[in-house]
Amino acid sequence: MLKIENLHATVEGKQILNGLSLEIPAGEVHAIMGPNGSGKSTLSYVLAGREGYEVTEGSVSFNGQDLLAMEPEERAVAGMFLAFQAPVELPGVGNANFLRTALNAIRRARGEAEIDAMQFLKLARARMKVLNMPEDMLKRPVNVGFSGGEKKRNEMLQLALLAPGFAVLDETDSGLDIDALKMVADTVNSLRGPAFSALVITHYQRLLNHIVPDRVHVLSAGRIVKSGGPELAQELEAAGYAGVQAAA
Amino acid sequence: MTAVAATGSAAFLGRYEGLRTRLPGARVAWVEALRERAAEAFRQSGFPTRRVEAWKYTDLAGVAGAVFGEPLTSVEDRLEIPAAMHPRAVFVDGRFRPDLSTLAGLGFTAESLADALPRLEGWLGSLARPASEPMAALNGMLFEDGLVVHVPAGVAGGVLELLSIATESERAPAYHPRHLVRLGAGASLTIVESATGPSGARYLHNPVFEIEVAEGARLNHGRLQLEGHEGVFLSTVYARVGAGAAYDNFTLNAGARLARNEIHVALTGLKAEAHMNGVQLVGDGQHADTTTSLDHAAPDCASRQTYKTVLAGRSRGVFQGKIHVHQVAQKTDGYQMNQALLLSPEAEIDSKPQLEIYADDVKCSHGATVGELDADHLFFLRARGIPEAQAKAILVEAFLTEAVEAVADETIRTALTRGVAGWWGRQGVAGGLEEA
Ligand SMILES: Nc1ncnc2c1ncn2[C@@H]1O[C@H](COP(=O)(O)OP(=O)(O)O)[C@@H](O)[C@H]1O
Ligand SMILES: [Mg+2]
Repeated sequence: MLKIENLHATVEGKQILNGLSLEIPAGEVHAIMGPNGSGKSTLSYVLAGREGYEVTEGSVSFNGQDLLAMEPEERAVAGMFLAFQAPVELPGVGNANFLRTALNAIRRARGEAEIDAMQFLKLARARMKVLNMPEDMLKRPVNVGFSGGEKKRNEMLQLALLAPGFAVLDETDSGLDIDALKMVADTVNSLRGPAFSALVITHYQRLLNHIVPDRVHVLSAGRIVKSGGPELAQELEAAGYAGVQAAA
Repeated sequence: MTAVAATGSAAFLGRYEGLRTRLPGARVAWVEALRERAAEAFRQSGFPTRRVEAWKYTDLAGVAGAVFGEPLTSVEDRLEIPAAMHPRAVFVDGRFRPDLSTLAGLGFTAESLADALPRLEGWLGSLARPASEPMAALNGMLFEDGLVVHVPAGVAGGVLELLSIATESERAPAYHPRHLVRLGAGASLTIVESATGPSGARYLHNPVFEIEVAEGARLNHGRLQLEGHEGVFLSTVYARVGAGAAYDNFTLNAGARLARNEIHVALTGLKAEAHMNGVQLVGDGQHADTTTSLDHAAPDCASRQTYKTVLAGRSRGVFQGKIHVHQVAQKTDGYQMNQALLLSPEAEIDSKPQLEIYADDVKCSHGATVGELDADHLFFLRARGIPEAQAKAILVEAFLTEAVEAVADETIRTALTRGVAGWWGRQGVAGGLEEA
């Protein structure tokens, strides 16, 4: 599904990714762990197509397409979704209107029927119930005045509604209590299936108790320095990154 | 008649000299005197140059250098006029068209100024200041028609539409309608005004409003300036607001090659209120100017101004806002905010807030910002699958929200939302957010 080869990327002239290679087959969930500043968010932005993140070498193929040649919205239409580490606030943009606009933009681009306002609200309300979100979060402007946890729930609502083929979760678990953490895990797990893959970026093994990954990778200085099964997360928890890097 | 057409102030003064015995109200002494005073002021000032402080950012050289003709009596009946939602007064090339207007059965008076003129002594010209505002002087010299509205004390007038329609014409007509609006004590009225014209037509529309809102009355004045691309719109509004009364002006300044929306409001009675909000949408090749001046001349008055300007392509925007708090105006509560959003590196905004405060117990604040679309916001929307142009439209709409939501009147807000959508359509963008 996603194949990253020898990826090099710079931000403001600074080399952040240094030959990162990673393959995530359809139906698999992989986790990336790594110290602060190792390039985890940079990788997620490169995959989503953020401006200012310049790929100097390497390639990313997504379902056989050249992901790096696509505009951010084309990537979303192709099934790429990024749950942001720090979701932005959009004053003046109503959350419900935003969600329906995004959903229909993707459906339109895929040649699917648009969802009318009634259908949409039904869908959104059902999802919000599962996510334990108060309904007034639909009326409020996107993320404005939301707590850190509410913003993450809102990201999960978008993930659930847009139901992409591939999700990158950039430290969605940071700062969440155990209930919220389970909600994140439930959202991802509910999407799991042969046509869905995910890359879960996290600092903590905690989340991986609930989203059990097929593979765990350690990122350091912009490269994958070690890969293994779910047990690698436990090893990291016990020995820390230093131990793993030394072993690598 | 000379073979070479005169331009600028000389041409307009020449027209006045030639027409003065035939203009409406000729041989009515007070009208003649009023016109002559305006003409004298215009002889002195001519079209203001940028050396005149109030016109520092808006250059009328192009207008002064152009040749304008007189509007023909319009017989055009293939006009595209939207269906009437409310009673309406229709003006075509500045002239009242009774055949297109529906003013029967109103609980108040609304009539053509040309008809009412002999009865307007002491009212017409009571607020306009030709000696300080050259465009009001030009209007005072050459006005021929306009709308006269009088809502008697205690009457709820509902909604009245005022349509100004320019037609396609080789003559590049110039017209200077004078509109008078008077609300008696406790009366109320909503005016939804729109000015439109064909995209290729050259014309000058130079309206002047004189508005009186008596004690406890309320006037909502929504203005949609959607003139054609080659049109010039130079508008001056004078309003006097009495005790406990409110004047709520909202202007969408979106059309015309050159547009000036000039508003002078005086709060003259205790607890009078003024709301002046507006949105300027300025596309490639356009120049839009909003100039407000607000006199707090009585105690306990409140004023709110929020203006938002969006500039695209090679365009220029201006906001000048003066608040003058007189010595008697204790407990004044004044607020002014003007914000500009530049969508292109070739767009420019000049902004000049000005506070003059002569009372000591006042609360007055003002602010101004200039910015571009936030790249992170844009990326977030695109990462959720929303195409770039639509994502921009969504963020621009969001930028305008505050000004639009400040419009209390539903009819005006709806008309405004449609006007904004129309502007986006002309910029080649289908729309922003879908409603859920
Ligand atoms: N916009 C930016 N400008 C300059 N440096 C940046 C920018 N974004 C990230 N970096 C740098 O890139 C490195 C990797 O950052 P990031 O990808 O956010 O790491 P992580 O998510 O693993 O903590 C850090 O050294 C950070 O300072
Ligand atoms: Mg990060």
